[in-house]
Amino acid sequence: MTRFLLRRLLQSGIVLLGVTLVVFLLLQLVPGDPVRVALGTRFDPETYEALRSRAGLDQPLPVQYASYVGQALTGDLGVSFRSGRPVTAIVLERLPATLSLAITAVVFALLVAFPLGVLSALRSGSVFDHAARVFSQFGVSVPDFWMGIMGILLFAGVLGWFPPSGYVALTEDPVGWASHVFLPAVTIGLVTASILTRFIRSSVLEVLAEDYVRTAEAKGLPTRVVVVRHVLRNALIPVVTVVAVQLASLLGGVIVIEVLFAWPGVGRLTYDAVQARDYPVLQGAILLVAALFLLVNLLVDLLYARLDPRIRVR
Amino acid sequence: MSGNGDSTSRRALVALGRDPLAVTGGVVLVLLVVAGLAGSWLAPAGINEVNVDRMLQPPSWAHPFGTDEIGRDVLSRVLVAARVSLEVGAVSVGIALLVGVTLGLFAGYYQGWLDNILMRCMDVLFAFPVLLLAVAIVAVLGPGLRTAMVAIGVVYTPIFARVTRAGVLSVREQVFVRAAVATGASDLRIMRRHVLPNIAAPLIVQTSLSLAFAILSEAALSFLGLGVPPPEPAWGRMLYDGRGFVTEAWWLGFFPGAAIFLTVLAFNLVGDALRDVLDPRQLTVSEARRHAG
Repeated sequence: MTRFLLRRLLQSGIVLLGVTLVVFLLLQLVPGDPVRVALGTRFDPETYEALRSRAGLDQPLPVQYASYVGQALTGDLGVSFRSGRPVTAIVLERLPATLSLAITAVVFALLVAFPLGVLSALRSGSVFDHAARVFSQFGVSVPDFWMGIMGILLFAGVLGWFPPSGYVALTEDPVGWASHVFLPAVTIGLVTASILTRFIRSSVLEVLAEDYVRTAEAKGLPTRVVVVRHVLRNALIPVVTVVAVQLASLLGGVIVIEVLFAWPGVGRLTYDAVQARDYPVLQGAILLVAALFLLVNLLVDLLYARLDPRIRVR
Repeated sequence: MSGNGDSTSRRALVALGRDPLAVTGGVVLVLLVVAGLAGSWLAPAGINEVNVDRMLQPPSWAHPFGTDEIGRDVLSRVLVAARVSLEVGAVSVGIALLVGVTLGLFAGYYQGWLDNILMRCMDVLFAFPVLLLAVAIVAVLGPGLRTAMVAIGVVYTPIFARVTRAGVLSVREQVFVRAAVATGASDLRIMRRHVLPNIAAPLIVQTSLSLAFAILSEAALSFLGLGVPPPEPAWGRMLYDGRGFVTEAWWLGFFPGAAIFLTVLAFNLVGDALRDVLDPRQLTVSEARRHAG
């Protein structure tokens, strides 16, 4: 296990270094001078020079990259070209909103996908199975922002049950938060649920065909016991990975939904940074999301190796 | 082995013909291509024909999809926008296919340090959520149709590289490849004549499924105002422009979104049918991305 852990840590470290290089190079790809572009009509020589020097743009490229990585390791991602505030603080402020939305969406997705996937596999070929597969196909094909717009139209416009957009912090007003998070979380959750349903169904079907399941049935165990003790316990191991990776991708991949519902998370911050050409904030948000994505993947691999020892020796 | 590509295509066509869902998907795609090619000719009104006297009119015989906030005919714009979606889908997946297959071929064929470097680069690209990376690329290069195509092409390159590499790894150990090596054929010739035709099946499946996700990504970029610039119609952009009026004019949100949904669904249905026949063990692009890490 230690060897596996070290190997995965090394791999993740290398990929993270590559991620910092890509994020760093994004700024270099901006046509023209990124600080001048960002300042636009608010240009004044003093601010310009201060921001350029603070961002290290007056240094040679390798020096810039080395200092970017060095500072990132200490949690310093530079300052915003717009507000002058530290990027790390700006990004971390937005994290709770994104986390609360992503976790709610995944919980909702699991509540839908788990019974749907398991029953669909147990009743493979039935009407229920076909309906579950139609749902799943619908979910992977529907644009989430379109579903969000339709949700706003129905639940906010026609029925008036939920606010069309906005955000209330969970810590300030849990009821207000719940009413605001419902529509965006269900929108993301349904798409995620359709992906999870497919996985759970195929995973359960795979385990159902195993010899040990047949043995359990042959020795006369009741179906419920076979399903709970033998099928689900084994079938859900790979599902753990998919759920965690879904969660990780939602942490950075819900830009469109955050923009649509005016949800002040990391996705919305990224969008605002693009609009304002605030490149350090854009870089910081992307780096944080990619690092979180790698971290979750690493944790999942370790958890997976713990649950299924065969993984460690591969 | 040169006949392999033909038999793969034939098997794929026969499979499509027998699967009702794939046929439905195929019919939708044919209609879409017709709309893409002849959209301007089929459109009942000009796509930028502004008329403030008829703004935000609900669907009627005169305007089956209603009119938008400046009185333009929504049906005409939806029809013409099909071209943008198809163009972005085809070009971006073309970029991903070309670059990804080339990288995967070299990585899988030569293995060793080249394989290590190339696949670690692909791992780095996989560490970013698809849309986030596309947004970042568009943000630095500037919004527009071409940038969107490049951005989407870049984010879908790793999946093609991985699928190709996995195929090459199994094919290069086959007897016919070793025989070709023994006859003194050059590496490039072996890759082109013997390896590529034998990994065509998973690549065809991947291409079909990636087209669906590329169109979805373009719609998302356009929805964020980072795709096609106005006044050119694009489905995502139409949703973005209409979102402020959605509670009073449902048709502005409904029809462009339904067009995206049907297109993506059609590509997915065809892709799934192809996968079932050609390469049952391959994951969908969304599944594969979520497996990667």
